[in-house]
Amino acid sequence: MRGAVLDVLQATVLVLVAAGATLVVRTRDRVRLVLVLSAYGMLLAILFFVFQAPDVTLSELTVGAVALPLILLLTIAKVRKPQ
Amino acid sequence: MTPRQRRWLFAIAIAGFVACYLWAFAGLPGFGHYPGPYGPEILKRAVGETHATGVVSAVNFEYRAFDTVGEEFILFTAAAGMSVVLRRLRGESEHEPVQPPVDAARGRDLPATTSAVRFAALALIGPTAVIGWWLATHAQANPSGGFQGGVVLATSFMLLYLSGESITFRRLSPTTLLDAAEAMGAGGFAAVGLAAVAQGLPYLSNFLPLGHIPGAITSSGTIALISFLVGIEVASAFVLITGELLEQTLLVRQRKPEPEAARGGGG
Repeated sequence: MRGAVLDVLQATVLVLVAAGATLVVRTRDRVRLVLVLSAYGMLLAILFFVFQAPDVTLSELTVGAVALPLILLLTIAKVRKPQ
Repeated sequence: MTPRQRRWLFAIAIAGFVACYLWAFAGLPGFGHYPGPYGPEILKRAVGETHATGVVSAVNFEYRAFDTVGEEFILFTAAAGMSVVLRRLRGESEHEPVQPPVDAARGRDLPATTSAVRFAALALIGPTAVIGWWLATHAQANPSGGFQGGVVLATSFMLLYLSGESITFRRLSPTTLLDAAEAMGAGGFAAVGLAAVAQGLPYLSNFLPLGHIPGAITSSGTIALISFLVGIEVASAFVLITGELLEQTLLVRQRKPEPEAARGGGG
């Protein structure tokens, strides 16, 4: 029973991650892209957790959902051309 | 090449790709069935050999510590390179004509930080810092470690900035202190390895007492020590990198109203 629940959970998260990745690729606006990417990092963190890798979850949570979007946003702010 | 030919070429390529992909899939081990001998062997030995119940940390900071020291210096080099590049840019831009603000609509002030954002950010600083330290110092007990803890710790500095306290942010993270902390973290890791060599052991051997209770805060010898040093290194490197980027953004913004007055006032 527990195995079946875990299977469903894993399959659901895998589908969500695939959908999230597609959304990241389809987003054109740069600032929005960073926010979508951050949410995708969160999804990946959940994926790692569901697949019993809490250590990688922590790394992905800090780097993928926080650090990388922050640095990207700062870089966009820096290089954005005035309209 | 006509579009028709191109489509044919693409069809052939994609057919080949799909065939290889399916072939590769057929050869994969079953879902969740790791075939290598390394994982089970580590799981069997790690707690007894290292007294670290956080087995991932035992792998990162002991069995494959040499690998981790390389990763550590990748980050160190990246932060050092970044501050070198950005520093030079900062010097150069003083002689150039003033750029228009990159991140603000003209004729309009930048929106002030709302009190809701300020409150949330300020309220989160303490808990974030505590979690960061906890992660960095409990690698031997839990799935955590210096890398994650360091980034979380650095995030508390980002929250300080987000709350509108950019001056406090800079006062609490002077570049000289960050440089020193970063060098101490990275160099300390390497030095722990050399300390083992000095005792006639292989580089990065665990030479400290392992403690009696596996997973206790004092257990696991050099694993806990290295994780702590990595935490310091990662936190200072990350604050340094984001601080440099923030300062770059701030510099340009500061120049907008009175370029002459803002010149030289970057620090």
